[in-house]
Amino acid sequence: MTINFTVSPSFPNERISDWYIFNTWLQRALSVPIHLELYNSFGAQRAAIAEGKVDLIYANPFDASLLVREKGFRAIARPEGPPDEMVVITGTDSPAREIRDLQPGTRLACSDDPCVNTVGRILLEPANLDDSNTVEHRRETYIQVARELLRGEADIGFLPVEAFEGFSPLVRRDLRALVTSELHVIRHVFLVGPALAERTDELTALLLSMHESDKGRGILEALGARRLLPVQHEDVEFMIDIISTLDQ
Amino acid sequence: MKDMDPADIVGEAVEHVLTYTGGNTRRVYVTPIETPYPHGKLIVSRTDTRGIMTQCNPSFVDMSGYGEAELIGQPHCLLRHPDMPAAAFRDLWETVQAGRQWHGYVKNLRKDGGHYWVYATVVPNVRDGKIVGFTSVRREPSREKVAAAEAQYQEMRGS
Ligand SMILES: Cc1cc2nc3c(=O)[nH]c(=O)nc-3n(C[C@H](O)[C@H](O)[C@H](O)COP(=O)(O)O)c2cc1C
Repeated sequence: MTINFTVSPSFPNERISDWYIFNTWLQRALSVPIHLELYNSFGAQRAAIAEGKVDLIYANPFDASLLVREKGFRAIARPEGPPDEMVVITGTDSPAREIRDLQPGTRLACSDDPCVNTVGRILLEPANLDDSNTVEHRRETYIQVARELLRGEADIGFLPVEAFEGFSPLVRRDLRALVTSELHVIRHVFLVGPALAERTDELTALLLSMHESDKGRGILEALGARRLLPVQHEDVEFMIDIISTLDQ
Repeated sequence: MKDMDPADIVGEAVEHVLTYTGGNTRRVYVTPIETPYPHGKLIVSRTDTRGIMTQCNPSFVDMSGYGEAELIGQPHCLLRHPDMPAAAFRDLWETVQAGRQWHGYVKNLRKDGGHYWVYATVVPNVRDGKIVGFTSVRREPSREKVAAAEAQYQEMRGS
């Protein structure tokens, strides 16, 4: 059998080759063919999930909800490090100093990351802004979101903190954070599907000991993690309970 | 639950006696001081099936004014403010016990007699088909929504 592996499209483009290297390592360690498919949008990835084309996934927290609750996936590991947070940005010369200064008609630039967008919408609630009184500009990439602001075509933008902090000083110079989320509860996780149930323990043990070899450690570091940590299924259920309150 | 301790109160307070659904009463002291919601954060707590607090996050602890050890093991109505109508919480309990999510604007009482407003969502924690507890996730409400809730609750209390 071939294992179908995919990664949430929220990672920076520079990491594409690092995920292929990760895949090659995993394939050797497990001695099974693994097919890595990197979808270029959340929509395409969700369609693949719906068609049963995913066995192993490094999942966005919102997709984890669907996969665990409706598709019988189990969480096996997560990267060590801070949880996922997002930031609402604006241009340096924008008159808004805080969220409550934003007015109806605000033009907002965002990607198609469901997690970042949902949290972003929540952070606009104190200003009474929602779908009905904002204008959304969907862009393909995080840098395109930033460009909308730099060109004055949008008033605010939604970004993962990591993406914002990863911009060059030249881009960041003209941008400013209006508010940064501090949810502390939302994380990307590795999930395995029911088709892989028999190999779940083996796969988990491999991922959790990955940092113990020089090769494994190098691959993880390229992906921005020192090591992978175990996750208790209940912790993921709790995260999903919390996420379920956010799109209401 | 113990009465509030006047020594913990900050500012000019009015005394109330709250009667809870179970018939218990508690003496509380209420000041008009509002603590602003911390931007960007979620205030999270978890209870068992009876509403006894089992877990809370650092924002919850900070906003309540209590220490974590004073919260865990206590009923969630420790935070009940006398301005909140009983009907709101009846609706909350009926909704979540039926397995659904409840949403509403809530004014919570702090240990120091002050208060803070939240937009709360309460969800049942369903594991293997059974409700094993409840989780509440609160976020920052707009001033307009708080004003509307305040007026509605005042009307519900008939004052
Ligand atoms: C998960 C959960 C969170 C709750 N959070 C609050 C809260 O923040 N403030 C509050 O006054 N009541 C909260 N309640 C409702 C209380 O349990 C209680 O019903 C309410 O304070 C009124 O008290 P009474 O029902 O004893 O009359 C919560 C209930 C649950 C299940």
